[in-house]
Order: sequence, then C-alpha cells, then structure tokens
Amino acid sequence: MAFFRVEELVKYFGGLAAVNGVSFDVKQGEILGLIGPNGSGKTTTFNMISAYHRPTSGRVIFKGQEIHRLPTHKICRLGIGRTFQVVKPLGRMSVLDNVIAAAYSRVNTHAEAQALALETIGFCGMTPVKDQLAKSLPIAGRKRLEIARAMATKPELLLLDETAAGLNPTELIEAIDLIRKIRDNGTTIIIIEHIMHVIMTISDRIHAINFGQTIAEGTPKEVAANQAVIEAYLGTDYA
Amino acid sequence: MKKNLVPLVLLALLAVFPLVVKDNYYRHLMILFLMWVVIGSAWNLIAGYTGQVSFGDAAFFGSGAYAAGLLSHHFGISAWWGLALGGVAAVAVGLPFGWICFRMRGAYFALATLALNEVLRHSAAIAEGFTGGMVGILIMPSFVSKVPYYYVALALAAASMASIRWIVHAKPGYYFVSIREDQDAAESLGINTHFYKMLSLAVAAFWTGVAGSLYMNYMGFIDPDVVFSLHDISIMAILVGIVGGVGTVYGPMVGAFVMVTVQELFRSGFFGLFAFLGRATGSSAVEAVAKTITGAHVLGFGILVVVVILVLPNGIVGDWRKIRNAFSWTKTAT
Repeated sequence: MAFFRVEELVKYFGGLAAVNGVSFDVKQGEILGLIGPNGSGKTTTFNMISAYHRPTSGRVIFKGQEIHRLPTHKICRLGIGRTFQVVKPLGRMSVLDNVIAAAYSRVNTHAEAQALALETIGFCGMTPVKDQLAKSLPIAGRKRLEIARAMATKPELLLLDETAAGLNPTELIEAIDLIRKIRDNGTTIIIIEHIMHVIMTISDRIHAINFGQTIAEGTPKEVAANQAVIEAYLGTDYA
Repeated sequence: MKKNLVPLVLLALLAVFPLVVKDNYYRHLMILFLMWVVIGSAWNLIAGYTGQVSFGDAAFFGSGAYAAGLLSHHFGISAWWGLALGGVAAVAVGLPFGWICFRMRGAYFALATLALNEVLRHSAAIAEGFTGGMVGILIMPSFVSKVPYYYVALALAAASMASIRWIVHAKPGYYFVSIREDQDAAESLGINTHFYKMLSLAVAAFWTGVAGSLYMNYMGFIDPDVVFSLHDISIMAILVGIVGGVGTVYGPMVGAFVMVTVQELFRSGFFGLFAFLGRATGSSAVEAVAKTITGAHVLGFGILVVVVILVLPNGIVGDWRKIRNAFSWTKTAT
C-alpha cells in the first residue's frame, strides 16, 4: 500500500482540462518534486489533494483511505498540511497567534496550543519575529509563516507550493535547509517549485507535468535529461 | 490579577449606581446603556471577531422580544422566562439562517442578514392573529421601580461580556479571528469554518435575543417597527461596535455609552439647550432648530461615524493608544 497516491486525477474548468489524468505515488519519508511550466496544473493538483477543488474524476488515497470527497479541514486533520503559493497570512494576528490557531487542530487548551506553537516557531527559526503582526512580515517571512503554520498542524504529508519563489539567495539556502529539516523530522513532502536549483537539490524523485498530463518521472538527473521535459521548458529547438 | 481590576471596579461602580442616583431619568438611560452593551458585545462577536458583518441584528433582538411578549400574551407565562427563551428563540432563527447563508461571504452575507431583518419585520406585522400585527403587544410591567430592571440589565451585560471574553480567549476565539482574516487559510488549518461561523452566530443571536426580551419586560410594549427597526436596532448595533472598537472585548461597552449619550443628546434637544436658547433670544431660527433637532439623532450618528472612521478607524478602544498619545502630545507641547 502506497503512503500517498493520486490516481488518474482529472479537473475540468468548464471545457478546459487543467489536470488531465495525473497519477503518482509518494513513499513515506521522501521529497517528491512536482514540476512543470506555468499553467501545467501543479497548483490545481494541490488544490484537489487539499479539497479546495473537487476532482472531475480520479482518486486521492492517503494511507489506504480515499480522501477526495472529504472537506478541506478534515484533510488537514488527517495529517496533510499545505502552504499557499499566494501567501495567506492571517494579517492582523501576530505570528504566534497565527501558529496557535493552527496548533489548536491538535490540542484543545491554550497552554498546550501555545507550547506547540512556540516549539514550531522555534523549529522554523521564527522566534525573533513571533510577536510581529503577520501582515508586517516581508515575503520571506510570510513564506516561512506558511510553513510554520502548516507544521503546527503536525502533518505527515506536507504540500509546499512555491515556498522558495521570491526569495533572495541567502533566504533560498535557509529555505532549503528548513525543508530538509522537516523531512528529516519524519514528514513526507510534495513540493512545487520553479527554481531548478532548489528542486534538483532536495527532491528524491521528480514528477513532471505539462498541459495537465504526466511527461516524465524519475530521479532529478533522469528528469533533467528527459527529452519531453526539455521540450516543455525550452521549446522543440533544444530537444 | 491586575488585568481583572478595571472591570471589577467598573462592575462595583455600576452596582452602586442606583443606590446613589435616585433620578429615574438617569436610571433609565443606564438601563438602555447596559442593554446596548449586551447587543453591541454580541454584534462584535459575529462581526468584529468572526468577520461576518450583520446588518440585521434586529432580527434576533425582535425574535427575543416577541418570544417573551407572545409567551406572556398567549400563555400567561411571565415574560421573565423570555430572558432565557428569548435567547433560545433568537438562536432558533439564527441557526437555520446561518446554515443556508454562511455559504455566502462578505457583503453578500451582510445583505442576507438585512433581508432576514425585513422578512421578520413584515412577518410580525402581517401575522396579526398571532403577533397582534402593527398594534403590537402590551404586557403589564412586573415592577414600578426601575431598580430591579437595572440589576437584571447589569447582570446580563456582565454575563454577556464575561462569556464573550472567555470565548474569544479560548480556541473558538482564535478560530473566529482566523476565519475573519482568511477563510481559505483557516480551512487549511483544520478549521471547520462553517461550524465555527454557526457557533459564533448562535452565541451572538442568543445574547441579542436576551436583550430583546429584556426590552419587552422593561418597556412593556413592542410592535414590529420598534423591535425589528433597521435604523434604531440593526444600525445602532453596528455603530456601537464601530465606535467602541471592532474586535475588542471592551469596545462595545464604550461604544454603547457613547451612542446612548449621543442619541439622548439629540432626543432631548441637548437637554433643552436649544429650546432655552430659542426662548432667551426670541430667534425663530433657533426655535426651529430646537423643534427639529430632537428628530435628528440619525444625522448625529452619521457625523459621528464619519469622524470615527476618519480619525479612529479601530474605534475608541482599538485606537486607545492613539488617543492617549494625542493628549500627552498637547501636554508636553504647551
């Protein structure tokens, strides 16, 4: 039994097939990179996994349970956390309160929630800014807050949607370190990323899609050498 | 314990108020003030904390008032039972409404609450056999003195504020504010947003309904235009919340005090100031002002809201630091 699997996921928006038959498995403890050109259906796939969209057809299976008919909040409670590509900080709450709100998904008292939140904030290296309002954070801080919030829900599987986009080189290295640390801590990760340096360094396997369909899957090296992937990214002249 | 000192001192002061002040007029104003503390706190929970702005608080207020009135009118049950049952009746109106209308977000939800308000107002006017229609309901007041009403109102104000303060500092409070800030993010954090919006609405509707039945008991008379009034109840509730400070525990209390004062200033023609000026000067213009100003409280509200939104967008309590700084600045400058 696969830890996590999507089977033949299809999503139509009107007549447009945003995702058209994507399938992949994720093994426990690995980092799976999800790549593809703009509009290829990566975020839509995430949105189907976390139930912001209902799949037109296909199945999502987490630890042997079909989850594609569950509402979003239940998916979180089952142990699938996510971050948003377009960050969604709870603006007029402090960083700590943002994470406490997330921690309440696992504990019920304020003391426990605060303890879990502080631990998570420390783990994500946000202790110095914990009392700032979320809306006052720069983009790197907001991206990190997305991760901290998702981590406070104690996910077994974490969906990272372009958490490295918009970061400067120093912040990038920090982000890569944090993602590795999360994996080493036992959380399985699916990551969407456009920055090839990031995705090639940290992914154990890469799944490439284009026009909503799988075009390649394998180790970073295999995928980087794959004809269809080069074609999708650079055009037919380079293939 | 220092945190609890101010509210406890305030509560003690309010408790001795009717012993010190014997004038029924001021006792009456204080009862109104305390009633608005209940309504304002309730509005603040659903709109200020949870971000689901309600334009139709009168729907819950009126449901509570009518529940108390009808129980007394049809079944001879003391309208005091309505204090609890009025709250329950308002929840019974609120939950099905929320179940359906929380699918809508933002302004669309606010418009739905406005519609609920109007639907109930017209229903109460049309169902003459049951509600007495536009004739309204008249019940015998239980007490001649205002003191018992005052203490009931004080107890309700204290209980509503304490319960809401407790809720917003616990798990539901964090969830309410999360929903206000970003509903999609809230869902991703495992928050059942529909359930928690319903919870917030239920608590808010309960206290608003209780305030409605207090009104029925105290005034002894209600009709659809009074208790389902858009501008005297629903809008007033919003103003109490905005003036005091949206999303603060003590804001509605401050807002209620300001709003009841402003309303009374206009209603009494600034305590007869204009009438006096009119007589003193013999100017017909001032006399005309004195006549019309008593009906101009809505104009006063409008000006007040514009000023508050421009100068204190977070309300008096929310921008308290700003107010203090403004005053300390003038002190050091002179």
